[in-house]
Amino acid sequence: MILDGKCPSGPIETSWDRARFENKLVNPSNKRKYKILCVGTGLAGGAAAASLGELGYSVHAFCYQDSARRAHSIAAQGGINAAKNYPNDGDSIYRLFYDTVKGGDFRAREADVWRLAQVSNNIIDQCVAQGVPFARDYAGYLDNRSFGGAQVSRTFYARGQTGQQLLLGAYSALSRQIKAGTVKLFPRREMLDLVVVDGEAKGITVRNLCNGEIESHWGDAVIIASGGYVNVFYLSTNAMGCSVTAQWRAAKKGAYFANPCFTQIHPTCIPQHGEHQSKLTLMSESLRNDGRCWVPKKAENCEKPAGEIAEDDRDYYLERKYPSFGNLAPRDIASRAAKEQCDDERGVGPGKRGVYLDFEDSINRLGEGTIAGRYGNLFEMYEKITDENGYKQPMRIYPAPHYAMGGLWVDYNCMSNIPGLFVLGEANFSVHGANRLGASALMQGLADGYFVIPYTIAGYLAQTKPGAVTTDAPEFKESAESVKGEMDKLLSINGTKSPSALHRKLGSLMWENVGMARSEESLKDALAKIPAIRDEFWSDLKVVGSGEVFNNQLEQAWRLADFLEFAEVLCHDALNREESCGGHFRTEHQTDDGEAMRDDENFCYAAAWEFKGAGNTPELHKEPLKFENVKLAVRSYK
Amino acid sequence: MKLTLHVWRQNGPDEEGRLETYDAPAVSPDQSFLEMLDDINEVLVTEGKDTIAFDHDCREGICGMCSQVIDGVPHGGMDRTTVCQLHMRVFNDGDEVFIEPWKAKAFPIVKDLVVDRGALDTIIQAGGYTSCHTGGVADGNALPIGNPTAEYAMDAAECIGCGACVASCPNSSAMLFTGAKVAQLAVLPQGEVEAKRRVNMMLEAGKELGLGNCTNHYECQASCPKGVDVKFIAKLNREYIKALL
Ligand SMILES: Cc1cc2nc3c(=O)[nH]c(=O)nc-3n(C[C@H](O)[C@H](O)[C@H](O)COP(=O)(O)OP(=O)(O)OC[C@H]3O[C@@H](n4cnc5c(N)ncnc54)[C@H](O)[C@@H]3O)c2cc1C
Ligand code: FES
Repeated sequence: MILDGKCPSGPIETSWDRARFENKLVNPSNKRKYKILCVGTGLAGGAAAASLGELGYSVHAFCYQDSARRAHSIAAQGGINAAKNYPNDGDSIYRLFYDTVKGGDFRAREADVWRLAQVSNNIIDQCVAQGVPFARDYAGYLDNRSFGGAQVSRTFYARGQTGQQLLLGAYSALSRQIKAGTVKLFPRREMLDLVVVDGEAKGITVRNLCNGEIESHWGDAVIIASGGYVNVFYLSTNAMGCSVTAQWRAAKKGAYFANPCFTQIHPTCIPQHGEHQSKLTLMSESLRNDGRCWVPKKAENCEKPAGEIAEDDRDYYLERKYPSFGNLAPRDIASRAAKEQCDDERGVGPGKRGVYLDFEDSINRLGEGTIAGRYGNLFEMYEKITDENGYKQPMRIYPAPHYAMGGLWVDYNCMSNIPGLFVLGEANFSVHGANRLGASALMQGLADGYFVIPYTIAGYLAQTKPGAVTTDAPEFKESAESVKGEMDKLLSINGTKSPSALHRKLGSLMWENVGMARSEESLKDALAKIPAIRDEFWSDLKVVGSGEVFNNQLEQAWRLADFLEFAEVLCHDALNREESCGGHFRTEHQTDDGEAMRDDENFCYAAAWEFKGAGNTPELHKEPLKFENVKLAVRSYK
Repeated sequence: MKLTLHVWRQNGPDEEGRLETYDAPAVSPDQSFLEMLDDINEVLVTEGKDTIAFDHDCREGICGMCSQVIDGVPHGGMDRTTVCQLHMRVFNDGDEVFIEPWKAKAFPIVKDLVVDRGALDTIIQAGGYTSCHTGGVADGNALPIGNPTAEYAMDAAECIGCGACVASCPNSSAMLFTGAKVAQLAVLPQGEVEAKRRVNMMLEAGKELGLGNCTNHYECQASCPKGVDVKFIAKLNREYIKALL
């Protein structure tokens, strides 16, 4: 089937303004009659729930943590982009739009990206009004920095904790609405099913993580803003609880999953230290503004302390390969380059899976104080984890799974192919194409939540009758029973393997075969092995404890059950996409010097997969992508 | 290295709790404290025993989810460090380690080391915000804010809402938590408008939740993993007096 993204036609500069005008409105006095369910209280979900509450809708919001303030958006360090052009360095909405389309390697929808760039400026204003303490200069104006390879300074930041501050802003707006009674919060709930009635999304089934109760909730529309799925690799920079579950449960009810193979591997993470490691820690890529990446030129030097390797024996590989972008080359490129050096036996540190990020030159030029002022908290974090002092010796870094560009398929209104189901933030697929630029995920989450969904959801609600379907519908009971059945099944397998042992196993398979580089062979191998791990899961899993109390083990097992089905679809997508673009690198499709080769003739489309049951090949639906404003071009950072 | 752990086990809010002893026979100094507990739990799974429940998520020291009292000190007493960022290299072979949940009346135990910190959300809901509506706000640069003021607000905003301040205070006071939010918003022009109402509402909410008063023990600052300064409690008091006048 050919999918229609419902993009507005006509000049792109006015596309969002026209769409806003053409969208239906809900009568103010009717708004409170509509109930909207919002799964997730991160930047996307928190901003959406707060803004919809302000408009007068009745909102029920859900998160798995004990408080809305703890969504993984909290961990974002570097910053948030906007096209304010405060530094007067040539930025504009058009340039942010252009950079995002190009940075995404031409696999995103132009109209969605335009809208994102257009509302980016409102986000900054909104956050300032909430009291977000962005960095300021001595005259009192907002400070900007250049981030993640952008050639203009458009990134706003709050020390090394931008995500935290933006999330606390959204959380405060949400708290205000909770007090006002428009939003009701359900923390420590896990969404385990989407309830679809007559083809439309009308509710969810959740488990109360404290007492194990299975609850049914009805809504006139359902929003999923559940974040990304890169914990399919087990080790990643995401929080331990991040999962594909909310998205996957929707996919199992018919929502298409778009471009799952577009995953981002972040170049600057602290390398793995041992077998029992539970997660990987990101070091903000802003460090690359002042740090230089290098490895020894000769493999025999790799064991030596960095200080003993002469300048001439160092290979500043990013500066060598990409002279115009150097250490600021985009993430996918910098990650692959690091892997290449390590594959070439020139990596450093334990297992030789690491490269140096060296601040010596910057410290000599600017002084340790300036560097500490910029990145003090990152150096501190690095030392806590590695017991090494980054001022005295270069840091060691290695790429790690970080972000999911893929997600549930949505049209321009952020609505999935299931009417009434809206998907926001990292959980949807819409704006980052095959590669996300630094500081653009925070922007997208808040754009979707504050400025897009309040308009687009009205278009759907205006043509539905409020409260027409409630938990009295038989679909709710069926859903609750099937969730209960699943829980009983998980608890009764009584095998020998813990959820984390099996998750580790899936993760290492995915990382080896579907990580930074993929080939037909590696993907077919993964597709052959995933079902075996899944069988092992359903026959030899051991979940201790009961379903009626708080149970970390059960939560983890349940999330893994979904990863084990989803991983297969991810592999099918990667196998189907016979090109290299953005974060998706197929070894068969590269130039002689190892650069990605995109195939616009055959793959200029979003691949939306319809799940057909575990073990079966999912069905592909294509949404062709048109580029009318940014010319399709080879993405070169040389 | 080898450790002996004494861990608080409690099956539910209304159940009796007790300390149970576990051996940690092979702890690597590079592991984090939570990874050490993961290993204990893996062994418990193979023995078919109920695992130790604890809260955690980001494991990067920023979400505020992890909450354990280690040897009597919230987060274990390493300067500016959450449990998830505490690494085993600070322990010595043969150590006995006591692990307990946050203990405060306002934080009922859910299970083992997991507590309910909803009280902190209630305090924020009482007034920890500026009442601005989405859209319709001024340009971000319309009101210049001096760098020292922005830095002061940011120092206060470092709070991760973990609740260690309440857990460490002999009065179970949430004044550091409340003060940090009150101070952050009071010094910014965007928040100043509602400063009086905010401080009253937030303090009132704390009182209703059974959280105590500050009697200057300063345990809160000592246990705060983000080093939030007790000067914000002084600021809270000044804001409160201003609101009375
Ligand atoms: C370490 C790190 C650093 C980053 N730095 C930056 C940066 O500097 N700049 C930038 O732009 N981006 C950055 N990113 C990316 C960015 O932070 C995320 O993409 C973004 O915050 C995601 O926001 P979100 O609202 O979509 O999801 P999240 O913040 O992940 O929120 C997900 C919400 O959904 C809930 N949820 C999930 N599943 C369920 C379920 N089954 N049931 C109920 N609730 C559920 C969770 O409880 C949570 O409330 C970073 C990411 C990481 C991991
Ligand atoms: S787990 Fe997030 S702060 Fe410790």
